[in-house]
Amino acid sequence: MVENAIHATQAVVTLDVPIQGIVWGSIITVNMWAKSIGTGVVFLAAFLWFRHNKEDMPNLRWAMPIIAFLALNVFLLFTLIDLHQPYRMINIFLHPHWTSSITVGAWLASIFLGLISILMFIGVGEKFPGVPFKGCLLTKFGRNNGPLYEKLMPFLIFLAIPVTTYTAIIMAQSSARELWQAPTEVMQMMWAALMAGSAALIFISGEWTKEARKDLALILALSTFFSFGMYMSEYFFSFKSSEAEAVLAFVHSGGSYNIEFWIGMTLGFIIPFFIAVGNMKSDNKTLLKFAAILALVGLFLVKDVWLKIPQMLPLS
Amino acid sequence: MKLGFLVDLNLCMGCKGCEIACKVENEVPLSTWRLRVKYIDLGTFPDTRRSFTPLRCNHCESAPCERICPVSALHYLENGIVNIDSARCIGCAGCMMACPYGAIYMDPETNTADKCTYCAHRIESGMMPACVVACPVEANIFGDLEDDHSNISLYIMEHKGAVQVRKPEKHTNPHHYYVGGGNQTLNPLAHQRIEGYNLFNNITHLDHVGDKNHGILDRFLAPFVGHDTPDNVSFIESATSEESHEQEGGH
Repeated sequence: MVENAIHATQAVVTLDVPIQGIVWGSIITVNMWAKSIGTGVVFLAAFLWFRHNKEDMPNLRWAMPIIAFLALNVFLLFTLIDLHQPYRMINIFLHPHWTSSITVGAWLASIFLGLISILMFIGVGEKFPGVPFKGCLLTKFGRNNGPLYEKLMPFLIFLAIPVTTYTAIIMAQSSARELWQAPTEVMQMMWAALMAGSAALIFISGEWTKEARKDLALILALSTFFSFGMYMSEYFFSFKSSEAEAVLAFVHSGGSYNIEFWIGMTLGFIIPFFIAVGNMKSDNKTLLKFAAILALVGLFLVKDVWLKIPQMLPLS
Repeated sequence: MKLGFLVDLNLCMGCKGCEIACKVENEVPLSTWRLRVKYIDLGTFPDTRRSFTPLRCNHCESAPCERICPVSALHYLENGIVNIDSARCIGCAGCMMACPYGAIYMDPETNTADKCTYCAHRIESGMMPACVVACPVEANIFGDLEDDHSNISLYIMEHKGAVQVRKPEKHTNPHHYYVGGGNQTLNPLAHQRIEGYNLFNNITHLDHVGDKNHGILDRFLAPFVGHDTPDNVSFIESATSEESHEQEGGH
């Protein structure tokens, strides 16, 4: 028996039922990743409009809401398909329980998507009058209400903050998973939004002025640097909780997700940081796009690992 | 009235009568458990001891599952029971992520969260929970914690410092107590789960959440086309698959 091999003070489980494995998997990772893009482009657009003339980024007015709209729909779709009873999602609106961050987040994200949709109709209506077809009421509404764009933008920026961070509060409310602590997760979500937002806007920055693109590279460099720093300090120095320590000790020892984590860190944080810093001096559009792709891939991998590893711990 | 549970681990002999009674009373599906009895071996041969620990929902006073449930499917009853309304549950699994005791599961038949309710339906009719009735040594003590003369209150008073709860550092204030337990039996990090050393099987992790045959598409189609109820064969196949523990995502 196993008792021959273990230390006298050790205990070993000899009969138990199978325990749950990973409950929230890659569907939730896609959810968080897409949300980072959806809110991140709003932050970045606000920053760029504050720093530069609108003429410096001619396509930002209509492209930003389209990117945000698509990303937020991916986020909501993956939220829905992760539910075991997707049609009952309506219960969040019919029977809301306001202590739950899931409820608060669902409401805020829905309002946020509504506002982004209005911005998209305005932006597309102004730029492409015949899209999707002549006489379309939505784009006609957009064309006739151009000034609404600037009026809605401050509300959108304000709303983007809780929409970005509410997932961190869900993770904090998941009190069974000590690795996820509210202060660090909130900041990680904010850095992820800035990172994903800058990476997404790099793809549409081909016609922008060099200075505007330089700002995108600056935000990408800053967000990868600080996010990397936070992950490293959490990864190596989470001593306060025995559960977080046990999870990380397992990953450190080469257990599951160790390789995925370091690939994600290298691809998504280290390499894009150096490319972005270099790009602030020499404006290389192709290299910057390469950094953006790496940042988005790496962010997904690291978020996936961070979501799954605390779930491997037996809770009882 | 605040109902609570106390298990005297000195009396428990690991017969699993409570586990079976719970399964039968609540029609708990295969591959899921509201109450389970865990065997833990301590020491080195020949000086070894086997302990038995019944584990169920702790019905916490500050329940993280109740707090995170977005639709109030998990809710408090006036008698302190944390009850669940499976008809309202959306299956987000937030409660499974929040419960520090791993007491909540996704029912593979209804695809909604479920857990021990201290047999709330029996309590309502003036009966004791099924596990209490089934226990041959009266190791399960159940009653009103606010009544100083109830069995559970008297038992707690009698054992005072020896009464423990699981994971007190979580500040959940469980209404489920243990007498005769120790760190090695109550703290899941203090004992090992070694592959292949279980008495009757070597399955340590479930490879599915809810019904394993109910994929993402089925979740949307089920109300229109119906869905096959999982049978014993699917679970036996699951149990005999040769997938390694690492592949299942556990350690």
